[in-house]
Amino acid sequence: MTRISCIHSLALAGLLASTAVPALAADTITVASWGGTYQEAQTKAFFKPTADALGITIKEDTTNGLDDVRLQVTGNAVKWDITELGADECARGSKEGLFEKLDYSVIDKSGINPKLVHDDWVGISYTSVVLIYRTDVFGDKGPKTWADFWNVDKFPGRRALSGAQATETLSVAALAEGIPIDKVYPVDIDGALKSVDKIRGHVDAWWTSGAQAMQLVKDGEVDMASIWNGRAGTLKKEGAPVSFSFDQGVLTADCMVIPKGSKNKDIAMKALAKFVSPDLQANLPLYVDNGPANEKAFETGKIPPERIKDINSSPENVKKQVLQDPEFWRDTLVEATEKFNNLVQQ
Amino acid sequence: MQSARLGDFGAGQDGTLNATALRADARRESFGLLALLSPGLLLVFTVIIIPIGWLFWLSLFDEGGAFSAANYARFFEQASYIRTFITTFKVAFFVTGACVLLGYPLAYMLSQLPRRVASICLIFVILPFWTSVLVRTYAWLVILQRKGLINSWLIDLGVISQPLSLANNFAGVVIGMTHIMLPFLVLPLYASMKTIDTDCLRAGMNLGASPAATFRQIFFPLSLPGLASGVVIVFVLCLGFFVTPALMGGGKVIMWAMRMEQTTSLYSNWGAGAALGVVLLAVTLALLGLFQWLLGARATGVWSSR
Repeated sequence: MTRISCIHSLALAGLLASTAVPALAADTITVASWGGTYQEAQTKAFFKPTADALGITIKEDTTNGLDDVRLQVTGNAVKWDITELGADECARGSKEGLFEKLDYSVIDKSGINPKLVHDDWVGISYTSVVLIYRTDVFGDKGPKTWADFWNVDKFPGRRALSGAQATETLSVAALAEGIPIDKVYPVDIDGALKSVDKIRGHVDAWWTSGAQAMQLVKDGEVDMASIWNGRAGTLKKEGAPVSFSFDQGVLTADCMVIPKGSKNKDIAMKALAKFVSPDLQANLPLYVDNGPANEKAFETGKIPPERIKDINSSPENVKKQVLQDPEFWRDTLVEATEKFNNLVQQ
Repeated sequence: MQSARLGDFGAGQDGTLNATALRADARRESFGLLALLSPGLLLVFTVIIIPIGWLFWLSLFDEGGAFSAANYARFFEQASYIRTFITTFKVAFFVTGACVLLGYPLAYMLSQLPRRVASICLIFVILPFWTSVLVRTYAWLVILQRKGLINSWLIDLGVISQPLSLANNFAGVVIGMTHIMLPFLVLPLYASMKTIDTDCLRAGMNLGASPAATFRQIFFPLSLPGLASGVVIVFVLCLGFFVTPALMGGGKVIMWAMRMEQTTSLYSNWGAGAALGVVLLAVTLALLGLFQWLLGARATGVWSSR
């Protein structure tokens, strides 16, 4: 309901915005991200330094994802100049023509994985889907791989997987079948669905939000789960008896775009260039567990070496993980999600 | 002579003269009333009829923007849609049932209490209304989950050895939603029970009926209209519920509103989600019609026999 009411209020806000005279000063831009601790970290790492450097004002807002951008662009009421999205959402929105073209003479793309550099979207940070288990149940002999997670005889206990993000669950389902990390993409969707079919009877909760995954593990409602590394890191910091690693993690990227019709496109371009620059990218892991998208950030010397090993996108950790392919999901998401729902929602 | 004059003056041949004038007058009056109603009707038209019409219109276009029934055909192609639809009605049915079982005795008790005590008790019925649904749902999670209050008490007392599955499943959704829906049943039911004439009950007793028979034959039938309206409100509200099933269902109890949210973000055309809204609206209206036909007729029957 929160999301739906958000959409309603956005629709209303959009309506109001479209009737109001565009009175925004040219040196003010609005950036939308996911809110919460992640956006607080972005404010300190990206937004504030950029605003100071360019002498502009950066207003912030929060987004629910691609539907919000679609609503603004198709409703001709664009109020954001830059917004963050999941990389597969960027790939889908790009296909729908919702974004402005990016100018790579302004934005320096070196250091960013070419898979995340596109005409109208660019990678900004990484989240990993990792396997977490409770050490008060398993000690340090808990499930380490997704094959272990799928092995209900050797590791009895309650399980949770992501139900809202079919992309993530299908990726780990492929890993559970023993597919090596560099062969997971392109995902054999029917094979991965068969793998999900094997475990679904043993899944006690299909989580739909990061907060829910965290609550399930924290309260001991489940003994093991797939979870985003930021949430897993928070649990550990709070002293919950949990263990996780980046082995067989699924590295999913976030990206930023300029919604089509942005009134401050040129300044937005300059700001975006700052956000992805190694210098500011290196700030991000100082405040939050989401790794920088620009690997040159690790060469700036800003990130302490003992911190680097905890960051999901550090060169060491990237080798252990699968990089989720946004363009693969652009073309297969709808079909895969419907099939996944048919399997899970019964 | 007098009768002839009356005939001439009053009714013409067979009363048509006066009747025409009266009809014209009635028409004028209903026009006048309609004119008075028109601001309200205009409001209803702009804020309800037009948006719903637009919703229906949107649901007729596919992702390419072409006119098609694809958004509706999908319900039959993908098994999960029908399943979530059935789940929605199953949840609504169980929650309504639980609300009746809990709410009827509660409303009955309230209606029998002295007015002052009853109004204090009513505050406790209404109080949860002022607390956010989200907070109440999380509270239930804390109480019901595997290491929650109920399970830890029961295990400590030695009643059970394995924790009961009360949260993140169908039972959790029904418990959480019943708590939220209960006032919607109790309030109309209490109001209708208060209007029941105690003289009728006394008369029944006076004629030799036992208290149980008085309740069964007089009080219960007279409380049916209130029960019917409570049941309809609860059932219909349940059909569109989102927060509680999303949090208490553990992703295993997917209701139609949750499906709507998923579908809206999955497809690039609004029509995909709009079609779900149209179907829910149509089925809800059909159900309301059915309720009206079944319960309404019965309820009015009860009233007129009084």
